[in-house]
This record gives sequence, C-alpha cells and structure tokens, in this order.
Amino acid sequence: MQIGTRAADTPPRPQTRGRGGIPSHRSLLRFLAPLLLALAILGVAPSAQAASAAEDGFRVTVNLRDTSNDNAPVEGVDITATPTGGEAVEATTDADGRAVLEIPAEFQGATVLVELDEDTLPDGASMREGAPAEQTVTLNISTVGVTFLIGEDNRNVMTTWDRVPASIYNGLLFGLIMAMAALGLSMVFGTTGLTNFSHGELVTFGAVCTMLLNTSLGVPFLLAVPITVVAAVGVGWLQDRFLWAPLRHRGIGLIAMMIVSIGLQFFLRNFFAYITGSRTEVYDEYATGAGSDFAGLFTYTTRDLVVAGVCIVVLATVIAGLSYTRLGRATRAVADNPALAAATGINVDRVVSTVWMVGTALAALAGTFLAFQLGVTYQIGQLMLLLLFAACCVGGLGSVWGALVGSLIIGVLIELSALVIPPDLKNAGALLLLVIILLVRPQGLLGRRERIG
Amino acid sequence: MDLLTTPLHDAFAPIAISFVLAAIGLNIHYGYTGLLNFGQAAFAAVGAYGMAVMIVSFDVPLVPALLLGLVFAVLLALVMGLPTLRLRADYLAIVTIAVAEIARLVFSTSFKSYFNARDGVQGFTADFRALNPYPDDVNGVLGFSRNDLWVVTVGWVLVALVLVYVALLMRSPWGRVLKSIREDEDAVRSLGKNVYSYKLQALILGGVIGAMGGFIGALGKGSVQPDSFNTDFTFIAFTMLILGGAARVMSPVVGAVLFWFLLTFMDVLLKRITGDDGFVPGWLLNPDQTGNVRFMVVGLVLMLLMIFRPQGIFGDKKELAIDAR
Repeated sequence: MQIGTRAADTPPRPQTRGRGGIPSHRSLLRFLAPLLLALAILGVAPSAQAASAAEDGFRVTVNLRDTSNDNAPVEGVDITATPTGGEAVEATTDADGRAVLEIPAEFQGATVLVELDEDTLPDGASMREGAPAEQTVTLNISTVGVTFLIGEDNRNVMTTWDRVPASIYNGLLFGLIMAMAALGLSMVFGTTGLTNFSHGELVTFGAVCTMLLNTSLGVPFLLAVPITVVAAVGVGWLQDRFLWAPLRHRGIGLIAMMIVSIGLQFFLRNFFAYITGSRTEVYDEYATGAGSDFAGLFTYTTRDLVVAGVCIVVLATVIAGLSYTRLGRATRAVADNPALAAATGINVDRVVSTVWMVGTALAALAGTFLAFQLGVTYQIGQLMLLLLFAACCVGGLGSVWGALVGSLIIGVLIELSALVIPPDLKNAGALLLLVIILLVRPQGLLGRRERIG
Repeated sequence: MDLLTTPLHDAFAPIAISFVLAAIGLNIHYGYTGLLNFGQAAFAAVGAYGMAVMIVSFDVPLVPALLLGLVFAVLLALVMGLPTLRLRADYLAIVTIAVAEIARLVFSTSFKSYFNARDGVQGFTADFRALNPYPDDVNGVLGFSRNDLWVVTVGWVLVALVLVYVALLMRSPWGRVLKSIREDEDAVRSLGKNVYSYKLQALILGGVIGAMGGFIGALGKGSVQPDSFNTDFTFIAFTMLILGGAARVMSPVVGAVLFWFLLTFMDVLLKRITGDDGFVPGWLLNPDQTGNVRFMVVGLVLMLLMIFRPQGIFGDKKELAIDAR
C-alpha cells in the first residue's frame, strides 16, 4: 500500500498513479495468488519449475559502476566466486562493467564468497570507503546479483527528518478517509455487538461501484460518488433486512454471527474479484492531480484537499448527528443498553437498520476515496479490514471519537513507520500497535472502562 | 472420468492433509475449548518455515528441524496466548489474526537471506525423500508421483495418530475440563480449576498440530511461500471444521476431504462448461474467473452452514453452545 510517500522534490503524480500506486509486490501477489492457489489445489508443486531453473546451474552477476566517474562502467576487474567446498570461478568485467560467474547446479543452497580484486581496478577508480571487497551470497535463486560500491557516495539522499512532514500529511489524509470506514465499523459494533469481518468489503464496494459508474457507464465522477453513496445506503438496508435482522431475531450467538460475517467477506471479495476480473483499475477522472508545494515541506494536490474537506464535513455531520438529533440519541441509547432502550419506546430494529445504512454509506465513501491511493481493486477490503480493527481498538471499540482518533493515529503511524522500517512492513507496525493496545489498555484510548475479560 | 478422479486425488493430496491437521488444531481451540483462534495460518507458517529454514540455512538434520518447528509453534502460542487469554473471546480473535498477518508480512519482507521474500524457501526435502521406501516404479497410484505418495502416506499416518491422541485426550479428565470451559468458564473457575492455564495448554496443543500441517504442506509442495499462509488459510480451515461439525474427533478429516473434493469438482466442472468448448458464454464466466466463483460458493456455504446447521455434518447442537459473550 502506498499512501503517497513521495519525496518532496519528485514531479507530480505520474499518469499511472492508480496502478503504480500499489508497489510491485502487491501486484505480484495479485497475479500470483490465484495462480499459486490453483497450483496448490491441483496438487502441482511450483518447485518443479524452480528445480528446472536450478538444473542449468547458478549465475552470480556483478555490475560495476563508478559513481565518481558519472556512473561509467568499470572494465577489466577480476572477480572470483568460491562456493563453499567447491572450486573458485573467475571472470573479468567487460566493457559494460558486467561479469557473470557460472556455478554448477550441485551447489544449490550453498554459500558463495564473491571477491573483487582491488589491484585490478583501473586508475582513478577505487572502492568506496568502508565498502567491502568481498561478500557472501546464498544460492537459492538461479541468478544472484552482487553489488560492489565504487567511487564517492554522491547520491542525493533526503534524510529521514526531511520526509517527516510529508509522512504526517499523507498519514493524516489516509487516517481521515479511514476514519469514515472505522466510524461505521464502530457504530455497528456499538449497537449490535457484532465484530463485522465483512466491513472491509463494504469499503471495496464503494470503490468498485464508483469505478463501474465512472469508467463503464461514463457517469461523471462527481455524480458517480453520490450515486454510490445512495447505493451503499441501499446495500446497508438490504443486508440488515435480509441477513442480520433475521439472525438477531433467531437469537443466534455473536460468535456465530462473526463467522457468518467471515463467510460474507469471502463471498463479497471473490464477487468483486469476479466483477473486476482481478485487475486494478483507475477512475477516468481525477486519477492524477497537479501537485503544489507547501512551504517546501510536502506536496499536496487540490484533489486531496477536496477529499480531506469532504471527509471532515461528513465526519462532523455524523458525529453531530449522533450527539444532537433524536435518532442519534436513540442510537447511543441502543449502544448503551438495547433492552432498556426498547423499554423506553425506542424502536431498536429501526435504529440498528439506520446504523447499518449509515455505516455502509460511510464505508463506501471511504472506499471511493481510498481508490485514489490504492487503485480500484478487490483487495482494498482485505487490506483495510485489519487496519480498521486496529484503528477502532486503539481508539476504543464502540466509541465514536475513538474511531476518529484511532484512525488518525494509525494513519500517521503507518506513514511514519515506513521511514524507519521497510515500507512493505509498515502495516505490521499498525497491527503491532493494535496488539500492544489490547494488552495494556483493552478498552482503547477513549473506550469506556468495563470488564473485558 | 477426470470429473471424479481429479477431485478424489486432490481430496487426499498433501495440501488437503495440511488443512486436515490445521482443522484438527482449530477443533481443539474452537470446538473443544471455545477459543477463537483466527491465526492458525501463523502456526502452520511457523512450523513450515521453522523446519525449512533450519534445514536450508543451518544444516540441521530433518528430525531436529521438525522438533524445532514444533518448538517455534509452542513459542508462538505463548506469545499469542499469555497476554490475551484473559480477555473476551473476540479480542483473542483480533489479536490472533493480527499476529498471523504480522508473521506473514515478516516472512515475505524481512530477513531475506533466510526467508527469500515471496520466492520462499526451497531445497529442504532431500532428507525426507531419501527415506522414501517405495520402489522407483510406483508412479501413478491415484495420480500421485512417488514423492507425493510418500508424503501422503506419512501425512495420513500422522493424521491417524493425532486423531487417536485427540480422542483419548478428550475422554480424559483434562479434555472434560476443556469442554466445560467452553460451556461455562465461571463455573469451571468456581470449581478451583485454573482456566487460564487450561486455555493456554489447549492453544499450544492445537497450534502444534497446526504446525504439523505446515510440515506436510511444505514437504508436499517442496517449498514454503509466505502467501500460502494468508488469513484465507485459517478461514478455509474453519469452514472445513464447521462443515464436518466442531467438537467431534473425525469431523476435521471428513470436512477437509469433502471440502477439497467439492472444490476441485467445482473447478473441473466449471472449467469444462466455460472456455471455447463450454456452453457458458465468455462474458458471463471466463475460465480465469472460475476460481472466484468457487470461493464465492465457499463463502456462501460457510454462511449458510453457520445459519442453518451450525453443528455441521456430525456435530451435536445441544453439546455446542457457541457463544462466548
């Protein structure tokens, strides 16, 4: 997931933002997952291909460039590769600075010592200070690349601190969008006690529905969004009317309902994959925006500002509605104590139905906006679900302000953690915070203190 | 005839065995103790990676590597269980699913020299295959190769042993305490039993059995990849368990075998009626989408089972009062 961790000096978002916004491992996963699954189901071992690749032997490739000399290739350097328990293989870099060392297939999994003979470096070229002239690699893929650093370190590196403002900005934007989905999840949990594992798919619904309206039917984006929200209200009503309300009336347990929601998640995710053909799409409009610089700290686009504005207005409306309207007070009463609320004449079923409608609409709107960053893919829901749980639990499950605060914390945490840990691992940081919060303060930051055990 | 033979092959293949073991583990957690472990994939992953990395990177022989895999599963159970087992059931669910995702992300992005990111770990099957007693010319029994046949034999023997062990355990006083924890924790506590400790033991036992599932899956595939252990792994194992009927010794086996049979059957059938020679038009369903349709059915089956027959095929509705709140 890439929430726009761009360096401040990069050009505006490229045209392929929606597709390229997902790092390659995500797309790889997307393409490989069905394949691997199919292979697994057919009982065919992918190792068959891996083995055949290894039968031809291994190749250790070295590519030498001199950073002090305009990245010119370095020619005529002797490279030696010695697999553990095997004979040394030698090669000399060619005019392109490349050398390929062939190692027989029997050394699968072996460790290879790759050495660069510093005496053979041409005049003017020298190893970078502190860079090792010998390295070890393990042979587990057919081609292993080894890098030796030659010349001055002249990369123009932004320090971690320079990227902090942009990360906070991106994190807050992501958190604001996520807050809408988290608020829906929290409201449903508050009124019905259901931990809804299919909530992520309602987020996907927003993205897919807007995309279908926009790209397939040609409805302008600004019109497609309200239509999506209205459709989501309908979906919310439908799922309460025909699934959750009958289950509540049958007196089915919450754990059982939770497993039903897992089944629904499975169904919906694969349904969206079926509809989108498992591809990642972008909207026809507003896919890119011209970036403007904010005091040299970060770049923003008008689109992002409008999105953030809409999120704030919607969140404020819902929170104000919960606080000051009759229906909002009824909702909080039901969340507090359904039996008592019913006894005071509140129609609990109607309140819960409304909560489902509002919650689904919020989730769908969040999905519509998230697709700017993640692309329209059936995987949005699966990706978001655990982050939503994290946001709700950190803030306090069932608490309205908790969902907002938790989402902002999680959003900023994800972006900031990407500065210190590999970006691929940044969602793990959010999940770790979830686990820690549940351990030290199970009711969340703003949740009510009650016995949870 | 492949309409029947392919599903039959898959229903007994190594991948099915790994799910059988994962589901047996879940049965101890959910069926007998009432624990909602949504991170069973992590146990299988830790077992499989533990074994594979020990063999490939540290040259540990097969048997100690297997034992280390089990030790890692125990450690994971302690990490998951110690802090959460005092909390409400759905908190355990969220923590376990989060830990499983963290584990998968770590396996796929970190310590690349050991885990090889998405390529996974390979080249650990030599010792195991060297033990294969089958003659070289047995290829083709039920469509299994010689190597597969060896994995399948070991796998099903392991399943049988584990089942006998679970059956004996659940008839013992220890097993009865587990079942009473599922029914009414407070009542058990009032009898002076340490509920927390029993829950932890159950989590460890089920996790270790899940790790064995990881071994069989890894040995069958000859490789370990992080993406085989996503949350779907756990949810599919759950579906199998509920299909068979929770809290019954044989149900994970019946559920898993039936599940794989039906899943592959649907695959063969859908592939046959789509594409160039099928009668289903391409705009409605092309062969690439059959996987999605199959898993849509899986989701529907899970929902319908949970609503209309939560006890599955074998379960006893009276015995299983699944509600923890």
